[in-house]
Amino acid sequence: MAGGETRSKINRRKFLAGAALAGAATAASDAASVHAAPFASDKAIAARPSVSRPSAAVAAAETGTPQVSVQPAGVPASDFMVDVIKSLDIPYLPCNPAQSFRGLHESLIDYGGNKKPEFLTCTHEEASVAMAHGYFKIAGKPLLVLCHGTVGLQHAAMAIYNAWCDRVPVMVMGGTDLDASKRPPGVPTFHSAQDICAIVRDFTKWDDQPVSVQHFAQSFVRAYKLAMTPPHEPVVLALDAELQEVTLHDRAKLTIPRYVPTSPPQGDLNAVREAARLLVGAEHPLIVADKAARTANGVKLLIELAEALQAPVIDQKGRMNFPNTHHLFQNARARTLLGEADVVLGLELSDYWGTVNGYIDNGENDGVGLQESHIKPDAKLISISSILLNTKSNYQDFQRLQVVDIEMAADAEATLPALIDAVKQAIPANRKSNIEARGAALQKVWSDARERTRQAAAFAWDASPISTARMAMEVYAQIKDLDWSSVGGDRQLSSWPSRLWPMDKHYRYIGGPGGYGIGYGAPAAVGAALANRDAGRFSVNFQPDGDIMYSPGVLWTAVRYRIPLLTVMHNNRGYHQEVMHVQRMANRRNRVAFLGNDLGPLGTRIENPPIDYARLAGSFGMWSAGPIADPKELAPALKKAVEVVKAGEPALVDVVTQPR
Amino acid sequence: MIMRWCVAMLSAFVLSQNPASAASAEHGKTVFMHSGCWQCHGTLGQGSIATSGGKRIAPDPLPWEAFSGFVRSSNRAMPPFSEKILSDADLADIYVYLQSVPKLPADIPLLK
Repeated sequence: MAGGETRSKINRRKFLAGAALAGAATAASDAASVHAAPFASDKAIAARPSVSRPSAAVAAAETGTPQVSVQPAGVPASDFMVDVIKSLDIPYLPCNPAQSFRGLHESLIDYGGNKKPEFLTCTHEEASVAMAHGYFKIAGKPLLVLCHGTVGLQHAAMAIYNAWCDRVPVMVMGGTDLDASKRPPGVPTFHSAQDICAIVRDFTKWDDQPVSVQHFAQSFVRAYKLAMTPPHEPVVLALDAELQEVTLHDRAKLTIPRYVPTSPPQGDLNAVREAARLLVGAEHPLIVADKAARTANGVKLLIELAEALQAPVIDQKGRMNFPNTHHLFQNARARTLLGEADVVLGLELSDYWGTVNGYIDNGENDGVGLQESHIKPDAKLISISSILLNTKSNYQDFQRLQVVDIEMAADAEATLPALIDAVKQAIPANRKSNIEARGAALQKVWSDARERTRQAAAFAWDASPISTARMAMEVYAQIKDLDWSSVGGDRQLSSWPSRLWPMDKHYRYIGGPGGYGIGYGAPAAVGAALANRDAGRFSVNFQPDGDIMYSPGVLWTAVRYRIPLLTVMHNNRGYHQEVMHVQRMANRRNRVAFLGNDLGPLGTRIENPPIDYARLAGSFGMWSAGPIADPKELAPALKKAVEVVKAGEPALVDVVTQPR
Repeated sequence: MIMRWCVAMLSAFVLSQNPASAASAEHGKTVFMHSGCWQCHGTLGQGSIATSGGKRIAPDPLPWEAFSGFVRSSNRAMPPFSEKILSDADLADIYVYLQSVPKLPADIPLLK
């Protein structure tokens, strides 16, 4: 790696000024010649010398020895910044280019060799952050995203909020131009602010605005460290444009702090033992997991705990926490199990209140709706969640307050080994047969539920538009022998993949957006597919139609960087959640919802004309097929698409579907 | 209520006895789509765990009394449909449509 590359002493401000003067002179000369030509005779032009004699000063300047060096030893500050970034082994940099970080951009590709991180051109900052979001949930490593500090962060803000709600670390740096007396007027000043991080401060874990390169080194490593300490969250740095472009003459004196991972917070041992005592003593213990399994090991630990207790598990699917192939996976009976439970263990629940209470949006109670408890009054509640360690005030992602009996402000995965040990020690010999009997009963319940799910999938099997169950199983038939990974949420299609496909590995399913900000799906899937590409896995994403139109350009990014991903459009031609909401309001007010020429309340449908997603993908250079509304045409198209993806390219099949 | 029962019985009878039944089912499907029923129940009444609590309303809908009573007076997640929004005749045609939905295919290899 180059360490002492010399650069011109001419700094950025002088270069800009010089370029502006030269440009003005050229423009004036061109204008004069264009306008002079009609008035000059050919003879006069022919008589004019093509090159004028240089003056004595010009001749001396061009032939003499310079009195002072114009290229002193030194390195661009942004080269040092690249050294700092490389120290953290960040593989990719999804990014929409911007002038405010041009110094770092140039260093990354020319000094850093465009490796670790590799620059991935994105067409929107929201896509950049969502790609990093999806990447982390497969690879477990954060990516770096660069953006304009003002307009870029404004674009990125919703995706950062999703990452915040989903507890995903993303390293975001926004370029800004702090010195008002130096920065160029016009656009660069429009794109500068006193405090660019303010717009995302409510939903980032930490931010800083370094004022020196050594400060940058400290802050970048600190930001990475904080982002990677559970609860994982996004962080932001403001990066001054001038700071990137100054020349360093003392690079050797600068240091890069060593990154040492922080141990995740573990539950207090007394609380762990008390939780174990309650769980072991329960007749109907229940485990509910949302974002509990941060890693594949988290899945193993949760299986070990559930088996020790033979307790049913409800996986809320913030991550793939528990295999649906295991007899203790009991999602199909969630409501019944909550009603029976005498002890509920909640692991990293995003919404504990919403887990143990019901809410019916029926307009009763002056529009508040019905609220009802799903649990017995004397049920004991235990919570292990790290989110207590990082809660802010403004945005309400912390949900309603649920009073629990034992609450540990700790990372669930890190606490599970101690809890498993405590449970095993607390089980008396005379309880073991009871616990085993509970497991045996759950085995049959699990088998019955699987059969009922298959039966439910059969209804509307031959329907057109195509049923979401049929779509899911037609896809599975094509990929079942591959090492597949479902990289999109599936709640919108009645969760058929996670109900019917064997979700037996951590990467089989990665959860949803976190904050339910639309526009996450397509770019997060591309980011996750990038991580799966490096691991040799096949990625598939069921892509809602409304979501993809927020950032369709990410399909181009997938083509550009050969990111293999099968996108199967869940094209119900509407913002379907809103279709139902407006219909509900109309009914409640005893009015007929106005449809116009659509199939849903005006303003909620994506039709007349429908969007042709296959042609959209094709315009980016992606293999595509559809729209397909006849279920018989699905298998042949999917088969071809799978071959394209297996060959290392993305593909899209547009399927016109039932609503959910 | 008696009138509704009569309408339903008549519709069911008509459906099974003569070509006019097809017209009722077809009209019922049109009303089913334009009144918003399909939004939560799917175009064939197959339902969804995401929108109807997993409940199906076809091909074997509830008895007419229970069906029509729920449509008119639901106070749960489904909003009620008053006669001002959905006439008795249209509701009866919807019922005929739901009865006309084909039964399950006998064998689906992909679900084995």
